[in-house]
Amino acid sequence: MTSLAPPTPAPTADAPALTESAATGKAGPPPGAETVRCVHCGDPCRGSPAEKNGRNFCCNGCELVYELLTENGLGRFYELNQQPGRKSTAGNDASRWTCLDEPEVRQKLLDFSSERQCRITFHLPAIHCVACVWLLENLWRLHAGIGRSEANFARREAAITFDPRRIKLSELAALLATLGYEPSLSLGHLEKKGVAPVHRRLHLQIGVAGFAFGNIMLFSLPQYFGLDSFSGALFHRLFGWLSLLLALPVLLFSARDYWRSALVSFRQKTLTLEVPIAAGLAALFGQSAFEILTGAGEGYLDSLTGLVFFLLCGRLFQLKTHERLAFDRDYQCFFPLSVTRRKGGRQEAVAITELEVGDRILLRHGELIPADARVTEGVALIDYSFVTGESEPVARQPGEPVYAGGRLTGAMVELAIEKPTRQSYLASLWSHAAFGKDREDQRHSLINRYSRKFTLAVVAVALGAAFFWLLKGNTATAGKAFISVLIVACPCALALAAPLTLGTAQRWLAKAGVFAKNTGVLEKISDIQLVVFDKTGTLTLSKAAPPAFYGPPLNPAEKRLVFSLARQSLHPLAARIAAATDAGQSPAAVVDFCEQPGKGLRGFVDGHEILLGSASWLKTHGITATPVSPPGAGSVAHLALDGKARGVFGLENEMRPEIPLLLRRLKGQYQLALLSGDQPREQARFRALFGGQAALRFNQSPLEKLEYIHARQREGRKVMMVGDGLNDAGALQQSDVGVAVMEKSGAFTPASDIIVTGTALGRLDRVLAYARQSARLVRVGFAISAAYNLAGLSVAAAGLLSPLICAILMPLSSVTVVVFAATGATWAARRAGILPVASQGSASISNDGRAAL
Amino acid sequence: MSVILILVLASLSLAGLFLAAFVWAVRSGQFDDTQTPSLRVLTEDGPSSLPLAGKPGPETITKHEHRNI
Repeated sequence: MTSLAPPTPAPTADAPALTESAATGKAGPPPGAETVRCVHCGDPCRGSPAEKNGRNFCCNGCELVYELLTENGLGRFYELNQQPGRKSTAGNDASRWTCLDEPEVRQKLLDFSSERQCRITFHLPAIHCVACVWLLENLWRLHAGIGRSEANFARREAAITFDPRRIKLSELAALLATLGYEPSLSLGHLEKKGVAPVHRRLHLQIGVAGFAFGNIMLFSLPQYFGLDSFSGALFHRLFGWLSLLLALPVLLFSARDYWRSALVSFRQKTLTLEVPIAAGLAALFGQSAFEILTGAGEGYLDSLTGLVFFLLCGRLFQLKTHERLAFDRDYQCFFPLSVTRRKGGRQEAVAITELEVGDRILLRHGELIPADARVTEGVALIDYSFVTGESEPVARQPGEPVYAGGRLTGAMVELAIEKPTRQSYLASLWSHAAFGKDREDQRHSLINRYSRKFTLAVVAVALGAAFFWLLKGNTATAGKAFISVLIVACPCALALAAPLTLGTAQRWLAKAGVFAKNTGVLEKISDIQLVVFDKTGTLTLSKAAPPAFYGPPLNPAEKRLVFSLARQSLHPLAARIAAATDAGQSPAAVVDFCEQPGKGLRGFVDGHEILLGSASWLKTHGITATPVSPPGAGSVAHLALDGKARGVFGLENEMRPEIPLLLRRLKGQYQLALLSGDQPREQARFRALFGGQAALRFNQSPLEKLEYIHARQREGRKVMMVGDGLNDAGALQQSDVGVAVMEKSGAFTPASDIIVTGTALGRLDRVLAYARQSARLVRVGFAISAAYNLAGLSVAAAGLLSPLICAILMPLSSVTVVVFAATGATWAARRAGILPVASQGSASISNDGRAAL
Repeated sequence: MSVILILVLASLSLAGLFLAAFVWAVRSGQFDDTQTPSLRVLTEDGPSSLPLAGKPGPETITKHEHRNI
């Protein structure tokens, strides 16, 4: 860093810490002076803001974007939303994207490509409001080579058509980055195309079933009301034939998945719920076709099509997914696509897959180490918190090894690659057997446990009824009773109970900031006995708390001195001190600034000498540090002014405020455990929180965490793991229910069953209670449908079933169960306290587009 | 009574038309993203601002001649 910081730091690649500290000021504006906010991004303008035509900008970057947009007739961007922009952190460094033009990379990223036209879908996490959607869909005004573009708000994506002869893919990406919508491109994008979970076929199946259901119902009604005498026998037959014709596509297309599933479960010799459904559908259609073809009756086709329609609607309801969240990410989605390689004196962007052992790469502040490597130039300050759980950054001198996944903080360094990314220490975790197992094991789900007993009971009753009538010598009634039992027992209501109840629960949970991968996860929660927590980023906040100052309080002038010095450093602790001493004052110039990584900072401001760093750093300058040790066991930074020790900044890893209460509530009901990759510095503190029974393990490697979970499972316990980092990925995968904590939307989370926002973590106990309650409601739903089945069965076994009874009984049972499931799950959500607190969480997380309006 | 026959045919073909329209809507992806259109409608400032699916808006044609999605 230079000793004299420019008054308005431009958002260039080497000064992101400054822009970041400005961004943190956004949340809590300094009191007193009225803050002038940037027209583009809404950040406070400090120092002497760039002003143009009465508009204020916080930096040159924002001003440039504003000019670019207004000159191209896109000024409406600023009318649609107040300060809609996002500060571009990418800078004008277009070379970062050049690797996108490599034919191989390009080919894998493009959706469609021809000589004259290409289409690409970029994931743009910065999309947050209606103005973003508008701007992205008007990109063509900015560049002649860009054609139609379409934004998808829910998925945070934009599909852009462009002419490769006029604009290169790298230029397109750079343009988006300049506008503040930096495309998120990870290594994972090269492996598999994002397969969109589009439920088009299900929509079509429902449409066909609904169409047939409605029309067949119209044909059946005259018969139910005894209007045959008006229409005559001809219409009777005609309506029957038309119904049969309409029911065929329902049977062959709409109900296709049920046939297929029944066949599969037959082959695997298991009895899933699809078996009695398929049997019921077959019996319904067979009996109806027979009656219509022989002219004996009108059949049950209205019941058949209605049943399929309801079942499919239940399935659609269950298929609700959280499109913005990916539940199956591996480490490849964590790594960027490219890195800067230094070759023969020049720098080039190269895809990470192309990296070879021995390559020299340049890493800037905030970038990830893409592969295990060795430092060759500069002192690297590396934050491994996401990979290992260590909360403090570590310094690595030239010659020392660094591992893939660490994030560089501080000055630029050069590294020499030692291993390809795939063979790195981090990636080796993914070769563990736990990642090979099938997470979608539905065999133990509530519904399948019931369906086995159910199916056996139905077959027994059907055969029993048939035998009874055969013994009485009534063969015709025996056949009818057998078919009738199969028809009535078709477990439509049973099949709806679980998806409706759990689907409703899933929706309420999502409003509260808890996103379940599927409804099956909620069932699994009800069996959990042991809850295991990770420390860094899960129990503690990954975003650092303001440091506390121990010593005589600093006066404003002194604060300004410390602020001016601390803001010069990119060290995360210095950045926290700078943020804490920032009272909106304009920083003073620092003379003779020096920074020794791992030691501290020194500089002169307005003639005052300031030292900030470790006790030994002060000692090297002949000052004895204040013997104050802050109560928290986090790291400290000593401050000396004009040769005298002044005090200590205590930098603790702040616990999420709601954690103590959460742990106290969970303690009574569950066993608890803590697995941390960090040092056991804070053991006493966590022992007090977790209680004497809980296992507390520190210095755990990712593999040790996984093994711990596995060992508990072998003891027969159902384990829930709550974690956030890559170091928890193995444990999350191994556990029965893996919960990943997501700090900000769009951030990377390892593969998991549930993604919970940081603010919602405190309500985990309620979520657990609610899931248990929902599972109980499913059982009640089963009981209701069983009661209907029993009533129907008694009629059917007596051989008295008629199409009219069927047409009333089937929809009635389905509707009862649907209403019960929806109201029950909502009532339980209110009782469990999921709902009232939810409103804020949902506004910021799931629906922030509307909130921004 | 044969009027019923006509009515039945009419109602069936009308319903069939609706089904066909629904199939077309699903196939053309109108059910794929149900959130963005609700935002887009707020920004509508004239037909020229958004090139429609597959068809370029009038302004885009004059700007670049290559569009032939």
